[in-house]
Amino acid sequence: MGQETVEALRDVSFSIEEGEFVTIMGSSGSGKSTLLNILGCLDQPTSGSYEIDGLKVKDQKPNGLAKIRNEKIGFIFQSYNLLPRTSAVENVELPLLYNSAISKDIRRKRAIDALVHVGLEDRLHHTPAQLSGGQQQRVAIARSLVNDPVVILADEATGNLDTRTSYEIMALFQKLNISGKTIVFVTHEQDIANFSARTIELKDGNIIRNVQNHDIMLAAEELESLPKENI
Amino acid sequence: MKILNLLRIAWKAIILNKMRTFLTMLGVIIGVAAVITMLAIGEGSTQSIKEEISGMGSNMITISPGAGMQGGVRTDPGQMQSLKLSDYHAIKEKSSLITHISPQVSGNGQAINGAENWPTSIYGVTPEYLNIRVLELEDGSMFTDAEVKSSSKVAVIGQTVRENLFSTEEDPIGKMIRFNKIPFRIIGVLSPKGENTFGQDQDDVILAPYTTVQKRILGINYVQSIVASAISEEKAPEAVNETYSILRKEHNILTGEEDDFNVFSMDELISMFNSTSEIMTALLVAIAGIALLIGGIGIMNIMYVSVKERTREIGLRLAVGGQSMDILVQFLIEAILISVTGGLIGVSLGITATLLIEHFLNWPTSITATSIIISFTVCAFTGIFFGWYPAKKASGLDPIVALRYE
Ligand SMILES: Nc1ncnc2c1ncn2[C@@H]1O[C@H](COP(=O)(O)OP(=O)(O)OP(=O)(O)O)[C@@H](O)[C@H]1O
Ligand SMILES: [Mg+2]
Repeated sequence: MGQETVEALRDVSFSIEEGEFVTIMGSSGSGKSTLLNILGCLDQPTSGSYEIDGLKVKDQKPNGLAKIRNEKIGFIFQSYNLLPRTSAVENVELPLLYNSAISKDIRRKRAIDALVHVGLEDRLHHTPAQLSGGQQQRVAIARSLVNDPVVILADEATGNLDTRTSYEIMALFQKLNISGKTIVFVTHEQDIANFSARTIELKDGNIIRNVQNHDIMLAAEELESLPKENI
Repeated sequence: MKILNLLRIAWKAIILNKMRTFLTMLGVIIGVAAVITMLAIGEGSTQSIKEEISGMGSNMITISPGAGMQGGVRTDPGQMQSLKLSDYHAIKEKSSLITHISPQVSGNGQAINGAENWPTSIYGVTPEYLNIRVLELEDGSMFTDAEVKSSSKVAVIGQTVRENLFSTEEDPIGKMIRFNKIPFRIIGVLSPKGENTFGQDQDDVILAPYTTVQKRILGINYVQSIVASAISEEKAPEAVNETYSILRKEHNILTGEEDDFNVFSMDELISMFNSTSEIMTALLVAIAGIALLIGGIGIMNIMYVSVKERTREIGLRLAVGGQSMDILVQFLIEAILISVTGGLIGVSLGITATLLIEHFLNWPTSITATSIIISFTVCAFTGIFFGWYPAKKASGLDPIVALRYE
C-alpha cells in the first residue's frame, strides 16, 4: 500500500571477503535489516547488483534464490522465528528437509552436531516454549549453521538478551569465525560491534563508515571479567 | 526423497494441531455421513415400494366397472353392475396375452369359530387367483375349479384370520367356521404376506369360490371386478389394450362412446410410485447437498484460517530454502490426508448410522456405491481445494512479506 516510496538504502557498495566478521551498525530505521535481507536473498534491491559466492543474485529465478538460501546462507532472524511446538532438533533440521541430497540419518546427525556446537546438547527435544530466550537464540544459530553455509547473517542476534548472554553468543560467533565462517552481524550496540573485525555503519540508507577494527575484543575474556552470577 | 520429507512435514503439522485437524475433518465426516445415510433411506424406501408392487404381482391387470353415463347420470362405480361373468369368459377365451384370470367379488362380515369371532373380508375368486396375486399356501390346498362350479362352501384363510379364530396349537384344516352365518369348511391357510404399502393387512382375508360368495353371501350375479395376469410385465400394457377391445366388443360400445369399465395394469401404479419416490430422493439429495455445502464451508473456513495463521511459518520455510512448490505440496498433502481420512471416517459413520436406523427404526435402507463415491469425492475435493487454494496464495509470497505477516 505504498503511498510514499521509502528509499531504505541508497548508493550502498561494499564487499565482504571469505572468513570475515563484519558488523553492520546504525540507528533504528537506518536500513540495516533491509541490507541484511538483500544479502540473505530474501529481498531484492530495486537497482544495483549483488553477488554471492560467484553467483549473480539478480539473474536468479525464485527457485534459484531458494536454493541459494538453502545451501549458501545461514540466516538468524531478529525474532528467532522458530517453529512453535516443535523440538529444538526438528527446528534445526528444517533447512536440510528442503535439500533432497541429505538423508534422514545425516540430517539428524548434523542437527545434533549443530546443537552441541551451540551448547544445547541437553535440550535437544525441548520445544521453544520450554527454552529461555538465550537458548532459543542458540537454536536459531544452530539452525543457521546446520547447512554449512558460506555466510552467516545475523540480525540483532543479541538484541533481546542480557549482557552476559549476549557475550556468550558473541563468544560463539567468534569461535565460528575462527573456525572459518564468514559472518555478517547487525547490531545497534557499539560494544557488540567491538567483537568484529570490521564495522559498516549506515545512516538513512547510506554508508557513513566502513572501517577495519584493530582492537578486536575477545568475548570469552569479557565474559570472564563480568561479575559472577550468584547461584 | 523430497516428497517423503514433505509428507513428514505435513504429517507433523497434522498431529501438532489435533484440534484443528479434527474440526476440519468434522466437516467432511458430517457431510459424507449425511449424504450416505440420506441416500440410503431414499433408495431403501424406493426399493421396498418396488418390491411390494412386484410382490402384488407386477404383471397384474385389474378390470373394474367404470364411470359410465346412464341417462346423463354418473353412477358410483362401486354400485355398478356392468361387469358380467360373460366378460370374464370372453377375456379368458379370446385374450392371447393373459395367463391367469379370475373374477372377484367381495364382502365384509364377521367370521366366527365357536366363541372366537373376527371382522374380516371374504373374496370370491377362482383358483388362479393365487397365481395372479402371487400368494402361497402354507398348509392345506386351494379349492378346485370343480368346487367353484358346484359352489362349494370351502375356504382358504389368511394368517390374521387364522390367528384370531384359532389357537396356535389348533390345526384349522378341516374345521368349520361361519361367515355371516354361512358355514365354510377350511381347506387351506395362506402364507403370511404382511402389510402392503398402504398399511393394509394382506393376511386379513378369506378366499372362497366366487360362485359361493355371489350366491350365499352377496346374492348377486354380476362380478365386482376381474383380475388377471399378463404373460409378462413388459406385455402388460399390450394386454390392457387387448382387454379393452375384447370388452368394448362384448359391451357393444361404439367408437366415440365412453367405456363402462376400466382396465389398468400395475405398470401405471409403478410409474406413479416411481415419480413420488423420485421427488423424495431429490429432496433427500437436496438436504444432503446442503450438508455437504456446510461441511465444505467449514473446511474452507478452517483451512483458510489455518493457512493465514501459518503465514509466518510459510515465510520461514521459504527463507530457509523451501521452494514455493514444496510449500504447496506440503499443504496439499495435509489437505489430502485430512480430507481423505475424514471422508473414510464419514463413510464408515454413514454406513453405521444407516445400519442403526435400519435396526432400530425398522426403516428400509439401501446403501449404494454411487452415494459413497459421490459424497466422498465431493468432500475430498472440497477439502483439498480449500486446503490448496490459500496455500497457493501464501506460497507465492515473498519470504520477507510472509515473515512480516501478523
Ligand atoms: N515493507 C516496508 N515497506 C515500507 N517501508 C519499509 C518496509 N520495510 C522497511 N521499511 C523502511 O525502511 C527503512 C529501513 O528499515 P529497516 O528495517 O532496514 O531498519 P533497521 O535499520 O533494521 O531498523 P531497526 O534497528 O529498528 O531494526 C525504515 O525507514 C523503514 O520504515
Ligand atoms: Mg532491523
